[in-house]
Amino acid sequence: MASLRDRILGPPVPKDELAEHAPRYRKPMLFFGVAALLLVVSLFLPYWILKLQAPQFPDGLTVSAYVNRLEGDVEILEGLNHYVGMPSFEHGAVLERSVSIIAIIVLAGLLLAAFFIHSRWVVLLALPALLFPLAFLADLQFWLWRYGHSLDPRAPLANAVGEFTPPIFGPAKIAQFHTLALPGPGLILAFIASVLVGFGLYHHRKAYKPLLDRILAEEHANP
Amino acid sequence: MRRRSATPLWRNRPIMAVLVVTAVIALVAAACTPGGGGGDNGATGSYVDIINERGFTDEQVAAALKTYLPSGEWDEYVMFASGGHSGQVIAIGIPSMRILKNIGVFTPEPWQGWGYGNVEQQAVFDAGNVRGNEIRWGDTHHPALSETEGDYDGKLLFINDKANARVALIDLRDWETKQIVKNPVSIVDHGGTFVTPNTEYVIEGGQYANPLGWDYAPLEEYEAKYRGMVTFWKVDRDKARIDESRSFALELPPYWQDLCDSGKKVSEGWIFCNSFNVEMARGKVTDGADFEAGASAGENDYLHVIDLKKAEALYEAGKTTEVDGFPIIPLQTLIDEGVLYFIPEPKSPHGADVTPGGEYIVVSGKLDPHVTIYSFDKIQKAIADKNWEPDRYGVPVLDFDAVKEAQVEVGLGPLHTQFDDKGYAYTSIFLDSVVSRWSLGPPYKEGDEAWKLVGRIPINYNVGHIAAAEGDTVSPDGNYLVSLNKWSIDRFLPPGPLLPQNLQLIDIDQPPINPTVDVGGTDPNGMQLLYDMPLALGEPHYAQIIKADKLEANTFEIYPEIGWDPAKMAVDPDAPVAGNERVERNGNTVEIWMTAIRSHYTPDRIDVKKGDHVIWHITNIDLSKDATHGFALPGYNVTLSLEPGETTTIEFDATESGTFPFYCTEFCSALHLEMAGYFLVEP
Repeated sequence: MASLRDRILGPPVPKDELAEHAPRYRKPMLFFGVAALLLVVSLFLPYWILKLQAPQFPDGLTVSAYVNRLEGDVEILEGLNHYVGMPSFEHGAVLERSVSIIAIIVLAGLLLAAFFIHSRWVVLLALPALLFPLAFLADLQFWLWRYGHSLDPRAPLANAVGEFTPPIFGPAKIAQFHTLALPGPGLILAFIASVLVGFGLYHHRKAYKPLLDRILAEEHANP
Repeated sequence: MRRRSATPLWRNRPIMAVLVVTAVIALVAAACTPGGGGGDNGATGSYVDIINERGFTDEQVAAALKTYLPSGEWDEYVMFASGGHSGQVIAIGIPSMRILKNIGVFTPEPWQGWGYGNVEQQAVFDAGNVRGNEIRWGDTHHPALSETEGDYDGKLLFINDKANARVALIDLRDWETKQIVKNPVSIVDHGGTFVTPNTEYVIEGGQYANPLGWDYAPLEEYEAKYRGMVTFWKVDRDKARIDESRSFALELPPYWQDLCDSGKKVSEGWIFCNSFNVEMARGKVTDGADFEAGASAGENDYLHVIDLKKAEALYEAGKTTEVDGFPIIPLQTLIDEGVLYFIPEPKSPHGADVTPGGEYIVVSGKLDPHVTIYSFDKIQKAIADKNWEPDRYGVPVLDFDAVKEAQVEVGLGPLHTQFDDKGYAYTSIFLDSVVSRWSLGPPYKEGDEAWKLVGRIPINYNVGHIAAAEGDTVSPDGNYLVSLNKWSIDRFLPPGPLLPQNLQLIDIDQPPINPTVDVGGTDPNGMQLLYDMPLALGEPHYAQIIKADKLEANTFEIYPEIGWDPAKMAVDPDAPVAGNERVERNGNTVEIWMTAIRSHYTPDRIDVKKGDHVIWHITNIDLSKDATHGFALPGYNVTLSLEPGETTTIEFDATESGTFPFYCTEFCSALHLEMAGYFLVEP
């Protein structure tokens, strides 16, 4: 009977088998590797983009949310937010912004670690990257709700606008502003990475399940 | 595998022929429709109906179309015009002729908060005080844009104040005045400002002679004691400031020096200034003939030719005397060292203008119907050959015939000349009220085409200076020219007896149709008058027209960072920012750090005691374009303009007790009226 370590790592691929069916074993590595790369690239791209149009801003305003910061017309938007009494952006998602870079690098690292796991335990390493974009959206939704429901009642327009939850994607209207929220290229890469991880898991199972079954069958035949 | 169609559509000749013919028929049909396709479906009706109703000629319609800018479209050029005795500079878009800004310079300007409390602006004004007297107006005459290799670079603008012999520097990043320098040598000036081709120096020519410095001397001692001057202000391009400690002046005979121009390209390093009282007239009381007659009695005045490189070397070698602490190269030194030469020029000239390549200097004597063109090469040869006679002070006067290149008859009262890119010069003709276009000689025009009058466009009325698009640089653009007319007479609805001036935009893009025109006539010969602009805040003298994209590359849309101090052009580390607003008392001094944002001041209540000294810093922490806040403190004569990001400081003694509301003077938001506070001064 194999040790716990062997059971987690799974069986090594015999050399002749690897030589004969190299693509079969490289496929999951390729998917995981590309997904890890995309996640790292996504760190440099905005995940969520908010565009605002109003008569007095003929060029519009844009705020881009990266995993650790906001860029674009942030100061102008902060200035405008005080009319409706929204809290300053610096108080939002502090924890998320502080850990996001390391967390995503860890996600990518886990995917690379999955190269060495030939058992079903690989799911544990792949799952965080698989679910990451959904978790990002859930967190964003939470903060949008939180900001729309933390208006300072003393702000000039707090009562006129009232509590609201800005939509996570798509158009909305707040006072004279038409807004449009869009997924950023970073988030799109994270979603692609998630799908690639899914494919990776499928091909992982396709490669290693028969190998494991065969080894188990041999062990069964020669106890 | 990619599929290919057997024959591409565009190769199928019969089909293409049918399509082309159809398209042509459709276009012709559209063109023949009344209203040229605009039809009568618009709310304002067909433009053809408007033209017919208002009785416009084809030429008037063309003029309107050439100057109209639809909402939101920007002008191609900006003209910086002197504001005359308004003491300001006026920025005007071309071809629309719309005023973009009146830049406060020598005169306080309340909209820009220019000179109404800001301590650093106060220091700029005070540097221009004249012997301790606060002078709060100026007679701005000749703006000069900074140049790099003889071409406008859009970085700085200089302007002189004739009334008080001062020069101001405007930074074109924010179009605000940063510096005023007072000439210690002269009471008044005129022939400023002009820059050298890389803006090493700003030239300030003098005008009415006086004993240098502020000495008294009766007019009887005119020849011995009165002197003219030209001053070379050193420009520190890195600091964007005039460096007074590296500037110097030349002592000149009291000939009433006038306009100057820098040599360019082949003549770089030389300066040309004219003069108009070589007669040394002293007026009717002294001489029995008034200045008008006395100063124009002689046949000639003198074009001054100055070797600036030699003058600079003399200054650096310390061969100067000091007047009021300001270094001056004495006249005798200028003569001995070969820095200064004279050339006879037709009397009472106005304008010494160097051609784009630097080969010629064009001078117009107001009482001679010709422009006189001197060759720089011939001037150099005459100097080398010592082909001169000394004048009464010993200055070498070069032989006129040896240095004259040509004379072109252009009309009565020629003043000032500009250039285009097609080899033509344009001269304002004051008495005839026309602008004359004439051709230059080689290398611009050869043979029969050279030195010919080719157009005379009437203007309304009495043109002074003219300004062509980049028309005094090494590469004029040759499309627009503005005639800065002294009189408007009947051009506008009369607003009482003081009439506005008339700035007329002229299209000079078309070459002449006929080879020459009659000098007495009014044949524009290809030029077209486009637009009359009334200017009702002073008398613009000279103007310069710069391509707008050069300015756009350099101009701030908003200040780069919150807490920007425009006087230092840097962030002030002590500027109030959001979160550090406070009031501190230190003995009798109360210091306030206040922020302004749409639509409130923080703090919005200030308590002091009568007699306290108040230092008040305010930062506009809005960064939206145009979110400018004002700050008016009635009772204390304070009004500020706080553009996005700007910080400013006011300082005063709370001499009046009382309750003073302060408020924002710019309609900054829907809650603008609520943007106010109280300054409480306890008795």
